[in-house]
Amino acid sequence: MIGYALRRLLYGFLVVQGVLGLLFVLFFLYAEPMDMARRAVGEKAPPAVLKLWIQEHGYDRPWTDQLRDHYVRMLSFDFGRSDADEVPIARRLREGVGPSLSFTVPTFALGLVLGVALSLFVAYFRETYIDRTGVVIAVLAMSVSILLYIIGSQYLIGKILNWFPISGFDPDPRVLPRFVAMPILIGVVAGIGGDLRFYRTVFVEETSRDYVRTARAKGCGDGRVMAFHVLRNALIPILTRVVTAIPFLFTGSLLIESFFGIPGLGAVTVEAIQGNDFSTLRVMVFIGALAFILFQIVTDFTYTLVDPRVRLE
Amino acid sequence: MSAPLLEVTDLVTTFPADGSRAAVVDGVSIHLEAGEVLALVGESGCGKSMTALSILRLVPRPGRIESGRIELAGRDVGALSVNEMRRVRGAEAAMIFQEPMTSLNPVQAAGDQVVEAIRLHERVSAADARARTVELFERVGIPDPESRFDAYPHQLSGGIKQRVMVAMALSMSPKLLIADEPTTALDVTIQAQILELLREVRDRIGMGILLITHDLGVVNELADRITVMYAGQVAEEGTREDVLARPRHPYTQGLLASIPSRARPGEPLAEIAGVVPSPGRFPSGCRFATRCFRVIDRCRSEAPEATRIGEKHRAWCHVVAAEEGKA
Amino acid sequence: MGGYVVSNAVVALLGVGAAFTVRAVRRSRFWSDAARELARRRPLALLAIAVYVGVGLADSVSWIDAAGGVQGVEAHTPRSLIDRAFPAGFQERSYSAPFAEVEFYGGAPLEHPGAHWFGTDILGRDVLHLTLKGARIALLIGGLTSLIVIPLALLFGMSAGYLGGRVDDAVFFVISTLASIPNLLLLIALILALGRGPVQVCVAMGVTSWVGFARIVRGETFKLRELDYVQAARALGASEARIVLRHILPNVMHLVVITFVLLFSGTVLSEAILSFLGIGIDGSWGQMIDQARDELARDPIIAWNLAAASVALFLLILAVNRVGDAVRDILDPRTLVEDL
Repeated sequence: MIGYALRRLLYGFLVVQGVLGLLFVLFFLYAEPMDMARRAVGEKAPPAVLKLWIQEHGYDRPWTDQLRDHYVRMLSFDFGRSDADEVPIARRLREGVGPSLSFTVPTFALGLVLGVALSLFVAYFRETYIDRTGVVIAVLAMSVSILLYIIGSQYLIGKILNWFPISGFDPDPRVLPRFVAMPILIGVVAGIGGDLRFYRTVFVEETSRDYVRTARAKGCGDGRVMAFHVLRNALIPILTRVVTAIPFLFTGSLLIESFFGIPGLGAVTVEAIQGNDFSTLRVMVFIGALAFILFQIVTDFTYTLVDPRVRLE
Repeated sequence: MSAPLLEVTDLVTTFPADGSRAAVVDGVSIHLEAGEVLALVGESGCGKSMTALSILRLVPRPGRIESGRIELAGRDVGALSVNEMRRVRGAEAAMIFQEPMTSLNPVQAAGDQVVEAIRLHERVSAADARARTVELFERVGIPDPESRFDAYPHQLSGGIKQRVMVAMALSMSPKLLIADEPTTALDVTIQAQILELLREVRDRIGMGILLITHDLGVVNELADRITVMYAGQVAEEGTREDVLARPRHPYTQGLLASIPSRARPGEPLAEIAGVVPSPGRFPSGCRFATRCFRVIDRCRSEAPEATRIGEKHRAWCHVVAAEEGKA
Repeated sequence: MGGYVVSNAVVALLGVGAAFTVRAVRRSRFWSDAARELARRRPLALLAIAVYVGVGLADSVSWIDAAGGVQGVEAHTPRSLIDRAFPAGFQERSYSAPFAEVEFYGGAPLEHPGAHWFGTDILGRDVLHLTLKGARIALLIGGLTSLIVIPLALLFGMSAGYLGGRVDDAVFFVISTLASIPNLLLLIALILALGRGPVQVCVAMGVTSWVGFARIVRGETFKLRELDYVQAARALGASEARIVLRHILPNVMHLVVITFVLLFSGTVLSEAILSFLGIGIDGSWGQMIDQARDELARDPIIAWNLAAASVALFLLILAVNRVGDAVRDILDPRTLVEDL
């Protein structure tokens, strides 16, 4: 078990190297130091000032130096400052995590519970009109672009019904719910279609298995069959999907944060994109990849808890 | 006279096919007394498994029981509520299945599955249930029952798994045991052991067994009476001697003749030409007509009724009817 | 300017490709049965897709001439069949409501009163015209991206699965690396690096999407490699390439079809999001939706622009998703179920 963990971590580390390399290539290819300087300092700045900026940020050094610097700093989590406004990136990260989590976690939890419950229900009634209707609704929901959900809800709720503020954020727990209600609602509704389809497929497959027949034959009620037998066996694919989604809780949703004015990590990323702020973008992508790799390893280990047939060697 | 343990009358179970519904069990009647072993015999697809599942109302969607009457120890099974049916399953009537590999929940310990079977029907403490399970394991011949309790299905051999299934089924001392091809997936030596186990249990607690199988060797070992099914209907029924020694229906005769051990060296194996028609595409008249070596004109247009041959021996065949002097 | 010639050539090529595909499908019992089953289960969705494809193709065939009373610049710009369905000089000055006779703001009379079924946008362009042209972009996004994804994934997936060893290690490493980077972020990074033209966007989406499919192909190839008839072919001395082409590839084709359809809707929706962030493709429905964002804030609201693009996008994605589900049910042997 320890050996396996070490090996996976080592491989994960190698992958991280690969990710960093790829990132460097992408950003090095694109980075035009003069452009970056102009954007940061100002279009009309004199060349001398621009050159100074480039020097200060190290964008004029040979690429080998920049490469080594890139690796060393990323791996030591020395993120430096944003190209756009000189704010330390690490501080941005710290400040952005809270707001992001404040809506991604409820969205995730609610989406999971709702998705699994609805899918169990629909899968139990498979082949009947309940099932068919559920699937059709799921496909309809999936086919609407998230943009439309956002725009539609902002218009509906904001302009017409005026239940919640259209955008804005206040970490005060007394008013926070009002600001994150819409984002959570959108997040859940936009995702429920895809979730339902996925979970339903898994449950339907499990429900048709022999051990379910045995359970019924020994007197298990349908509720217990679905909630205990089927669910427990369906956990592996579900777990994979769930754990893989966790990294995204932190990176936030770019669109939702940008639309609803939530100052989370997603908003940071969007600003970085629009401002061509490489330092920040680089860090965001790196963090995302790191979290993903870590949680992949975590997933493997949770398998052993859930399925006695899985033995990691 | 007390009611028979199981009385199935004109059972019809259908599945959707080509837009409408086809009967995979088409007017089947079965009679089983307590302490008796009735073998339900036939080729794959003849509807014997569906008949068994229908008795416990376990027909998988989208199939359903259309008509017929099922009486278990005098009670009308069809009239029971969902909850009442749940209480019957596993307690009054239990079922074991063909594939021990997949019939047990892979993420649950073997012992826990039997404990579940007990605690679904009786209020016992976990400790008591565990003790009873270990005892059951011993009685069905599972070596080292204490440690086997905590084993997961994938850690057990096929034979042991099947014994676990039997333990599960017997945990509430049911009056009726339905065994659907209990030995088909097992090695021959294990087969013999399981059959021995079933016989022992039958002798000891007077349980009635409905044995579903296509293996005539198994039938010979265990059955008191035999019902032969073909294409969703009963072709012949009688005591073991009646059917095995004095078969009258051409299908039964063909089945028995095709047993490899009956073949004479150097001669080609006997076979029944043709294939079983699929549900929904049954020919009118006798369903065996297209493959029957004794077919007459009447067979193609008219479905045969039962002809009594002996005290418990009946066949559904026009030729047999003619032989017995009935028009 | 020569772009339109390339476009016409591509349409011709597509026609030829379609003919070959139809012939191949007809010759295979499995595929023609599957096709027939698909037509039986999803006639409406298939019809809808056919309409979209028709419109998209019509917009891809264009040439330059001065017919139809075209003046000035328009006489030297290639116009497609869709363009020609609309009268010359159809553009107004600014917004107008559907079927309106006057401009939305100010009430000045229109050049073509009552002729704009879906009204006009901020530049006065006919919304119906723009919406129809969006079909071509959507098909381009879905089609071109899949065209990049599928060969890439097949190449890497089958090599890794079949050859194993070092090749597999290398491919798996590449897959792991790419898969670790959050899709949207990688996509954005690629587009910033490659540029913002339609081809670059499609390439970027292709690069981010091939990994998932490659993993599936790799897994499937592993399984197929161990099958008896592949072992038999090897024993008979067939060359590796022949085995892969004749035994492995046909048996992953069903995955190709399923993936193609599922990928299609995914990429079109992704492009809409990219348009939102300002890095999408010009003329796409996503861009129209993006432009329409603040129109809803006005009073009275301008909704027709958004409505047209949204409905067009929604119906296409819905049709593709419906077909995709049916295709997956039909082709995946494990989920083959009687459609009641």
